[in-house]
Amino acid sequence: MSTTNGTTVPAEKIDFSSDQEVRWCPGCGDYSILKQVQTLLEQSGKKKEEVVFISGIGCSSRFPYYMDTYGLHSIHGRAPALVSGLRSVRPELSVWMITGDGDALSIGGNHIIHLLRRNLDVNVLLFNNEIYGLTKGQYSPTSPEGAVTRSTPMGSIDHPFNPLALVKGADGTFIARSMDRDPKHMREILARADAHRGTSLIEIYQNCNVFNDGAFEVFTEKANKPLNALFVEHGKPLTFANGTRGIKLNGMTPVVVDTYAGGTSLEDLWIHDERDSFKASILVRLFDDPRLEGAMPRPFGVFYVNDRATHEAKLGAQVALAKERKGPGDLDALLKGEHTWTIG
Amino acid sequence: MATTIQKPKLVESRENVVILFAGDSGDGIQLTGSQFTDTNALFGNDVSTFPNFPAEIRAPQGTLAGVSGYQLHFGSVEIFTPGDQADVLVVMNAAALKANLGKLKTGGTIIANTDGFDKKNLRLSGQPEDVDPLTDGSLAQYQLHSVDVTKLTRNALEGTTLGMKEKDRCKNMFVLGFINWMYSRENALTEGFLQRKFSKKPDILEANMKALVAGYNYGETSETFTTRFEVKAAPMPKGTYRSITGNQGTALGLIAGAQKAKLDLFYGSYPITPASDILHELSRHKNFGVITFQAEDEIAAIGSAIGASYGGAIGITASSGPGIALKTEAMGLAFMLEIPLVIVNVQRGGPSTGLPTRTEQADLWQAVFGRNGEAPIPVIAASTPIDCFEMAFEAVQIAVEHMTPVILLTDGYIANGSEPWRFPASKNLAEINPPYIKGPNDGDKFLPYLRDERGVRPWALPGQPGLQHRIGGIEKQDRTGNISYDPLNHEKMVRLRAEKVAKIADRYKPIRLDSGPTEGELLVVGWGSTYGAIRTAALQLQQEGHSVAHVHVRHLFPFNKGLGPMLKKYKKVLIPEMNSGQLRQMLRAEFLVDAQGLNKIQGMPFTSEEIRTGVLNLLSPTPKVSATSE
Repeated sequence: MSTTNGTTVPAEKIDFSSDQEVRWCPGCGDYSILKQVQTLLEQSGKKKEEVVFISGIGCSSRFPYYMDTYGLHSIHGRAPALVSGLRSVRPELSVWMITGDGDALSIGGNHIIHLLRRNLDVNVLLFNNEIYGLTKGQYSPTSPEGAVTRSTPMGSIDHPFNPLALVKGADGTFIARSMDRDPKHMREILARADAHRGTSLIEIYQNCNVFNDGAFEVFTEKANKPLNALFVEHGKPLTFANGTRGIKLNGMTPVVVDTYAGGTSLEDLWIHDERDSFKASILVRLFDDPRLEGAMPRPFGVFYVNDRATHEAKLGAQVALAKERKGPGDLDALLKGEHTWTIG
Repeated sequence: MATTIQKPKLVESRENVVILFAGDSGDGIQLTGSQFTDTNALFGNDVSTFPNFPAEIRAPQGTLAGVSGYQLHFGSVEIFTPGDQADVLVVMNAAALKANLGKLKTGGTIIANTDGFDKKNLRLSGQPEDVDPLTDGSLAQYQLHSVDVTKLTRNALEGTTLGMKEKDRCKNMFVLGFINWMYSRENALTEGFLQRKFSKKPDILEANMKALVAGYNYGETSETFTTRFEVKAAPMPKGTYRSITGNQGTALGLIAGAQKAKLDLFYGSYPITPASDILHELSRHKNFGVITFQAEDEIAAIGSAIGASYGGAIGITASSGPGIALKTEAMGLAFMLEIPLVIVNVQRGGPSTGLPTRTEQADLWQAVFGRNGEAPIPVIAASTPIDCFEMAFEAVQIAVEHMTPVILLTDGYIANGSEPWRFPASKNLAEINPPYIKGPNDGDKFLPYLRDERGVRPWALPGQPGLQHRIGGIEKQDRTGNISYDPLNHEKMVRLRAEKVAKIADRYKPIRLDSGPTEGELLVVGWGSTYGAIRTAALQLQQEGHSVAHVHVRHLFPFNKGLGPMLKKYKKVLIPEMNSGQLRQMLRAEFLVDAQGLNKIQGMPFTSEEIRTGVLNLLSPTPKVSATSE
């Protein structure tokens, strides 16, 4: 969208969907994410050719085939590596990385943390369905303890990752969570991620209706959502349950309080500051198992934003400085080296 | 100071000399060796070097594990190897002597630092501390010169402000000064080097200069050394030369290739011996549009290079055997994407961690066969430090012009070895032409896998309007690149990709012998770093009247089309390899020739004498002579 004289003029409508038939299972949460990404790009005014989608392996990683942009479907867990190389040589492109809980946090765990610490400018959409879908139903590194899956008939004994705590630990510069069942929220978060210069990671709760149906329904379905989902906004107090409850910080410890008459006043609640690294470290830790009595609500929204320089900006500066100091490369001088001798 | 009348010293002429410097890894042996090399090269000798260092950076001082060596062969004649055996062995301690005495010729010269033979050093070297080889007569078959380098260096530095430790660090300069005197060379080159290196540390500079001069003067004044040697300049082709190591050659070849293709160079790498020097060298040349990326692991190193190639740079990664193993899956992806990529394997002793600082040629099968599915990737190999430049350039050329990953094999021997290089002018290097595409290639549609007559697909870069397309590691439909599980399409694609790689052989220059008759009794087929030893042996055998020829294989996959017919022109074929016979098996399978192997798997290069003996054994099978030295 562009704004001229106060009136909003819609950009020319571009269709970002490719000619390929989408082959996710009917009812998969991936459809919603695909739709929101396409809508966002259509509204962004970006040209198709300047957008690149890179994915790893898994159901979500088929994503690039459904976008009429440049796309690369790589190998399991390695998308962050490919993204790093691409961004290093083509900093002007809009690069999106599509990954899942197995791809990003299991086989690609090493790569994702290094992508985050280097802070390459890419939008990472982490489709978390807490299950291995493409291999037909094994537990994933985000499956809760006790999860009964095809590879854990007696229940998983592995403690799961808290993905956003991991991202915070790796010094991610844009940390957010959204859900497939809330398109409006997802679009807002996608737009924020796209605007951020640096690695923007959005964990998207995505329902796998075949192998792990309803994994997130306590957060996504109308009946439970108000009590279990906490939507955070910069500068606003942390409230949920239709504003009747809130989160207060007792020292370093968040506690749930009532906010209705006689309860805690809004000013005394935890006011969300997405620039506060310490508070963000606490926020990502609101990760209670919602099945447990007295569980804290799960936050959604933008947790943390930091404007530190991107890898490619620093890289570009070094290359520019080298060219300034030494001049553009002179191949003959390079081949000659520093010491020569002549014979004859 | 009293003037002493010196007896004039004799000067004897030598055609070529092999000198081996050895000491503790902290003794500055590599610096001493490389400075003497540069001095000789500058004088006009042909040179070849072989640095040999321990895997541990600072192994316990004085132990055999900590011995660092630097072998230099220089001469007034053409030199192809660092030399089979040393004429002169310079040792800084007992361990260095023990580790290297076997490499010294009978009757050769030993110059020993007596301070390194005290009880402690003798014990550390694993011999009884009361048995000093310098005094017990056990070295009688050599010319032994015991010099108290430590004491002489300390004396020379008396009055400087340095502490004892720092003074002792100048011992290597004393030795270098003395060797310069012994071979009638000037200190000038090293003085210039020291001035640059220590320009900001005047006291260290002064001490090193003093030690260097003291070493030289010691030769002049010492009564024990009555003879100096002289090695005249070699009849090298006219031109301007520099010294180059294999890893430098590889780095420069890659940059030159990128420049000639007008591409930025992206190098993704994870540190590993003996490949890291390529990363160090490339990281210094950012002004050429060279981007180096020290990745979190070997997989990310190659993955980032693939991402860079996808973006329109030439992506390059290098490693050694264990790291290459980790890159295997991504090589398959690059092959499947049909994207330019160069993978350098600076081979070392394997398997697993193996012998990190030793050399071997045992990753040939890994390079040619080591991927899941049928994923043929061109494999080429460098034979000398200079050839590393040539082959690295060719690797970029093949990768870019044929849209394929290419594996370049070098090894620790040539990667660290150096030789004088009459470097080319950039204008004489071939232009490299990427198969770019400007617009749709099928009506108004773009087919990313529509091939040209060489089987090569077009290179469309992100950002080009109208050419948006999707590629990936999943089997793709012919022409469109869309996902396809169709059985017949898969077979077609496997064949098309293989044909494309096979056609790369069409671009090779005709194969030619390195030396010898075009048909005859025996052909020695070499590849990689065995070149110098085989060439030296073959020339000698030819001189001795044997019908022996030598061909060196640069293209290991696909082979040069002339290789098969050439093999048939000799009664016997011998393939020396630093492995159990990998090329031999490939040639036997491909050409049905009864090739024989000469195999050395000791982490050390062949000597030319070992090759010569192997050839003679095969020419006349009795009496049997041991093929390998041990």
